[in-house]
Amino acid sequence: MKQDYRLAKGGRIDRARPLSVTFNGRRLFGFAGDTLASLLLANGQHLVGRSFKYHRPRGVLSHGSDEPNALLAVDRGPGRIDPNNRASMVEARDGLVARSQNHWPSLDFDVGAVNDALAPLFPAGFYYKTFMWPRAFWDRLYEPAIRAAAGLGEAPSSPDPDRYAHRHAHCDVLIVGGGPAGLAAALAASATDKSVILADEGAELGGALLHESSATIDGAPAAQWLAETVKTLIGRANLTLLPRTTAFGYYNHNHVALIERLADHLAAPPPDLARERLWQVRAREVVLATGAHERPLIFADNDRPGIMLAESVRAFINRYAVAPGRRIVFATSGASAYSAAADAKAAGVDVALVDIRREEACRADAAALRAMGCEVLTGHTIIGSTGRKRVSGLIVAPIDGQAKVGARRTLDCDCVGLSGGWTPAVHLFSQSRGALRFEPAIDGFVPDRAAQAVRSAGASGGTYPLSACLTEGFAAGAAAAGAPAARSFAASATRVGFQPARALPTSRDAKRVKAFVDFQNDVTAKDVKLAVNEGFESIEHVKRYTTTGMATDQGKTSNMNALALAADALGKPIPQVGTTTFRPPYTPVSFAAIVGPSRGSLFDPVRKTPIYDWAAERGAKFENVSLWRRAWYFPKPGEDMHAAVARECKAARGAVGLFDGSTLGKIEVVGPDAAEFMNRMYINSWTKLEPGRCRYGVMLKEDGYILDDGVVARLAPDRFHVTTTTGGAARVLNHMEDYLQTEWPHLDVFLTSITEQWAVIAVQGPKARETIAPLVAGVDLSNEAFPHMSVRACRILGAPCRLFRVSFTGEVGYEINVPSDFGRAVWEAVYERGQAFGITPYGTEAMHVLRAERGFIIVGQETDGTMTPDDVGLAGMIAKAKPDFVGKRSLARPDLVAPGRKQLVGLLTEDPNLVLDEGAQIVENPAMPIPMRMIGHVTSSYWSANCGRSIALAMIADGRNLMGRTLHATVAAGFASVKVSAPVFVDPKGERVHG
Amino acid sequence: MLLIDCPYCGPRPEVEFRCGGEAHIARPAQPADMDDKAWAEFLFIRSNPKGVHAERWIHQHGCQRWFNALRDTYTDAFIETYEMGTKPSRLPDGRTTR
Amino acid sequence: MRRFSFAALLAEAANAHQGWGRQWRNPEPKRSYDIVVVGAGGHGLATAYYLASVHGITNVAVLEKGWLGGGNTGRNTTIIRSNYLYDESAGIYEHAVKLWEGLSQELNYNVMFSQRGVMMLAHNQHDVQSLKRHIYANRLNGVDNEWLTPEQAKDFCPPLNISPDLRYPVIGAALQRRGGVARHDAVAWGYARAADARGVDIIQNCEVTGLRRGPNGAISGVETTRGFIGARRVGVVAAGHTSVIMSMADVRMPIESYPLQALVSEPVKPVFPCVVMSNAVHAYISQSDKGELVIGAGTDQYTSYSQQGGLHITTHTLDAILELFPQFSRMRMLRNWGGIVDVTPDRSPIIGKTPIEGLYVNCGWGTGGFKATPGSGHVFAHTLATGEPHKINAPFTLDRFYTGRLIDEAAAAAVAH
Repeated sequence: MKQDYRLAKGGRIDRARPLSVTFNGRRLFGFAGDTLASLLLANGQHLVGRSFKYHRPRGVLSHGSDEPNALLAVDRGPGRIDPNNRASMVEARDGLVARSQNHWPSLDFDVGAVNDALAPLFPAGFYYKTFMWPRAFWDRLYEPAIRAAAGLGEAPSSPDPDRYAHRHAHCDVLIVGGGPAGLAAALAASATDKSVILADEGAELGGALLHESSATIDGAPAAQWLAETVKTLIGRANLTLLPRTTAFGYYNHNHVALIERLADHLAAPPPDLARERLWQVRAREVVLATGAHERPLIFADNDRPGIMLAESVRAFINRYAVAPGRRIVFATSGASAYSAAADAKAAGVDVALVDIRREEACRADAAALRAMGCEVLTGHTIIGSTGRKRVSGLIVAPIDGQAKVGARRTLDCDCVGLSGGWTPAVHLFSQSRGALRFEPAIDGFVPDRAAQAVRSAGASGGTYPLSACLTEGFAAGAAAAGAPAARSFAASATRVGFQPARALPTSRDAKRVKAFVDFQNDVTAKDVKLAVNEGFESIEHVKRYTTTGMATDQGKTSNMNALALAADALGKPIPQVGTTTFRPPYTPVSFAAIVGPSRGSLFDPVRKTPIYDWAAERGAKFENVSLWRRAWYFPKPGEDMHAAVARECKAARGAVGLFDGSTLGKIEVVGPDAAEFMNRMYINSWTKLEPGRCRYGVMLKEDGYILDDGVVARLAPDRFHVTTTTGGAARVLNHMEDYLQTEWPHLDVFLTSITEQWAVIAVQGPKARETIAPLVAGVDLSNEAFPHMSVRACRILGAPCRLFRVSFTGEVGYEINVPSDFGRAVWEAVYERGQAFGITPYGTEAMHVLRAERGFIIVGQETDGTMTPDDVGLAGMIAKAKPDFVGKRSLARPDLVAPGRKQLVGLLTEDPNLVLDEGAQIVENPAMPIPMRMIGHVTSSYWSANCGRSIALAMIADGRNLMGRTLHATVAAGFASVKVSAPVFVDPKGERVHG
Repeated sequence: MLLIDCPYCGPRPEVEFRCGGEAHIARPAQPADMDDKAWAEFLFIRSNPKGVHAERWIHQHGCQRWFNALRDTYTDAFIETYEMGTKPSRLPDGRTTR
Repeated sequence: MRRFSFAALLAEAANAHQGWGRQWRNPEPKRSYDIVVVGAGGHGLATAYYLASVHGITNVAVLEKGWLGGGNTGRNTTIIRSNYLYDESAGIYEHAVKLWEGLSQELNYNVMFSQRGVMMLAHNQHDVQSLKRHIYANRLNGVDNEWLTPEQAKDFCPPLNISPDLRYPVIGAALQRRGGVARHDAVAWGYARAADARGVDIIQNCEVTGLRRGPNGAISGVETTRGFIGARRVGVVAAGHTSVIMSMADVRMPIESYPLQALVSEPVKPVFPCVVMSNAVHAYISQSDKGELVIGAGTDQYTSYSQQGGLHITTHTLDAILELFPQFSRMRMLRNWGGIVDVTPDRSPIIGKTPIEGLYVNCGWGTGGFKATPGSGHVFAHTLATGEPHKINAPFTLDRFYTGRLIDEAAAAAVAH
């Protein structure tokens, strides 16, 4: 239970709730309220990982979401292992297992560290300059080696058992950030009747107040003010408080995405609790109070474990009661580190402070710290550090008035707190496409012109003093709620202000030392300089060439330093070098949370017909057709697909087949102008179609290519029952609605999708009439009374029925349309009745074969979006007399009437047993050299049991003039000879359908 | 995700809508009278401005009605939505019409 | 040009890397050039490079309104393949792949072209038919592409879920082994450096504000934020802003510009060995040399120049990725960004003449232009140098939209019946 670096008192941890975690196989102890980072530090474990490129030992840098170094694999049990967790954001819980990454064989002894010694060979962009010879080595040797070296953790290797939730919310005011500015904004906004959401990434609301030990607000210690404020806010019914929730993406029209972590901090999450929840919030107004990030100082070897941010040292001491070292040296160019130093000293730690600034710039703060008994060196630079797996000293030297570096001195220490100034967290503001402005007074970019209804308050807007943050936050919250109000807060003065620090002056050779800018991607100051020297002058180029700011922390601690270094190297002011545009997400977000419940069966809905269950019960195999799951074939025991389809096809021509056509798209076109509308939408003419009759219709896009087809029945002068392809139903309705509403709104027509309303049962074959005759009432089925291509309203088994005499097989056929609820009962009755004739249910595969035997096209199979009616042999259907219909004008374009277009033909293979692949290409001469001239392709190809041989349909250039010619189709290896035929293989005269 | 103000239903999220491309390209009354060039321009040529764009939307998963919108294609901000067959209060080039 | 090599790297290591010169100059624009290329993305820079290296025309400027390679070149998911259906498409993309295969050596810049294979998944019978049509057509065009069973697909890409219980099970795949990925930025930089070394002026932060025509109507130069620059011929290669530039000469284009998003995960050790694309569920994915999973999404439905799209597009893409690769559920999205893609009615590019003499355009690559970079630059350089298209880009005229001779790869992938 020993925690060597745990302070005896203080902190917000719960000492009554001890816990243990396992780190690299070692059991370490801590308390509820710890993060993994604070727990590791409490146990003296600074070394927590190896860097990306040089495999340098690295420790915890920060206490927040800007952590670049301490990335751990966290193991929460089988399937619950994931890499690259920031130790500072993982709440410790009992039994948690964590491992460090990117080392072999171990964290302490890592072979990869040889890269550190070879570093002179690996400057920024080195890989662009080498690994090119010999060429074959790239794929075989160089790239695999680079890849193996890159990456940090290991990707999970098994599916994720956890559940993820989505929630959509609207609110009047969304406040991002629960620090002083955000809390004040919430106080103001929630005092109105507006709905307010406050999201904060931390486990507790409070932000920097959680480790503020000395300041007072309105006379009370900050912690007390915080507790009271949170209590007040919890009592506000119009306010939703979301701790552990990061606003990560700011999209158009104030659409903000939040990720709420629900379960990872619990030792035993309830089984029904989602792990994370994605919130998509549409806010009228947004208040950004996202704080600021501290910058490290840039000097040689500024990356050793134990070197961390000064404010983070303060947070570990005050919030987590952990002293990150026994002797801590603070190195700073600003005031805030003095508060950290004072708190460290007060906690009993041995403290020294080195200030880059001259004495006169920091006299009061220095004097106060000295008065506490701490050594304070002003006007000093940092030359480097000593130690390896833990810092053991900080090498400093005075700088005189001429910027000359004096004698070095090493300050012994086991921890260093760096403060190189602060950078406002403008990420979300930038994502919202607001403009940023460089503010020299704080050496940072601040929000300028907003592009959406958003305002910034507090440190994220560049305001640092505590009282000003509170005042500004309150005003922002009030204004966002539409009730402008002001309130002043009496907060004690906080230490703010810093002198911008770039690469610190040094007496060492800056060209050869490693002064890190981006810790995670191992980018050094000299890398930035090299990029500039090589002509990469835009900051975007510098970023991409050096990879600075491209790591998982997205450069929160490094971007400003990199930009300033580039500006220095270019001799340009910072605004001219530019800042990068921030992209979502603010911090990495799990794929699973973004996906939420859209997994497995909820990935896409499955549409099933009323007959689906019947088919499934009989062992049908199914295929996906758009969203539908259709019965593909009905194998009997021992039958394979080939045998089943052959049997089904023979039955449909020999006796009677039963087919579920319910997925056909169906649209009712109704109104006085229905026929006129149909005339405009289809190539056919509808004016003379009698009620009770059907016609096969073809519809074009305006570009002249076939969009869809289907049988259309005229039920009454003003009522058409239109059918479409299964996949085309929505497309056709959209197409019709578009023209009706936007081009011809004067036409009095209504369009209604009736796909789901009618089950369609196709009964096809010589025995079809006998099969249905006893079941239907109110219709004369005789050929004379009810010929092919007719429709009748009748009843079947008492149910209302639209009975179509149509055929997609070439046999006598009926399509029984009944309300979907009757679908299965009618199907079963027909099946029962048909037993006497050997009725055989058939699936989509047999349907395809049967129609191909008769040469009927399927849109999307024979056509591919580039076929005209003439191409597929349907030019005769075009109503010549019509002056116009959609697509007509395009059919006259030069290349649509040019000779040599592909035309629908049949193909018979020389070997009747060979079934070509659909998609096979056709050539005239297989001996041609490559590239060969292809004249067409096979669109449909089947074994036809009825023909006793294979058949195929193909689109072939000028095909109708090639009848009888021998051509060659590609097969798996080589070619097969085929003979061009008419695209019909059964009943060439089409007589059977009238039977 | 855009927030789109359907003239019939009010503001709704983009996923309820389908965009129908540039607005105010009326289908010619007599296509047969047009030469190939004019017809191709009707079919394919689009103004595609960086700035204010008049475009068509349908509230597909709502009232299923088509309407027009002016949107700035650089900021993605909607300037207004208006019913089919009507003109916007300002034209894409900034002139006002009403 | 300082030659890059391991030996040079060694020498510079000893010299603390002080001796590397600039990779390209930062020249002031001259008053005129033989040829001005508008747009310093991969295609524009490649055009300039081949003008200099193939045609010996070095009095060339490439004008860039921002920083070179900052448009779609630096924003795409870097997939390279040539297994297109139509002869015209296979011609230009295969031309590009052949150039890719020697590009690092030719440019003396490691563009990290990695032929790790591009696998396209079939999820239904219609996909099978379509992919096989591609495979057969590719074979006869000399483009490698082969059919894989689901089991073979999984062997090639172990994270792939081939369970038959998937909503859209994988029932096969087409694999182009010579396809792969490259380092996008390096392509722009490599071409820039090589073009610059041959005398081409690459002028960044120089936005074209107008196209000037002479008394005979022919192009005479471009107005820019840095003054007028004369040119005998102007080639517009400004993906994402083609319509905007061309409208300066009152040329209206059959183009609409859409946001296209992509994202990367946090970097992890090698886990994904190839490129996988699925048109049916809308996703494509590979792993970069840095270890990030690189994932492409679809376009948003509306035109936009905002370089930003909606979260629902990303969501839909990740839905599909987790269907196919459930083990990536706990991986995290690190960065999500958008580009602007110029889309033509037939989804094929326009490379060639415009109605204005001396003005040429190379545009309309939609979502897939990166793969064509070397081939596109090569044939466009030919077009600019000679005034006539190379035989490879001859079919990709603006005129085809007037005659109807479209090259519709999207339609060829067809629609489910």
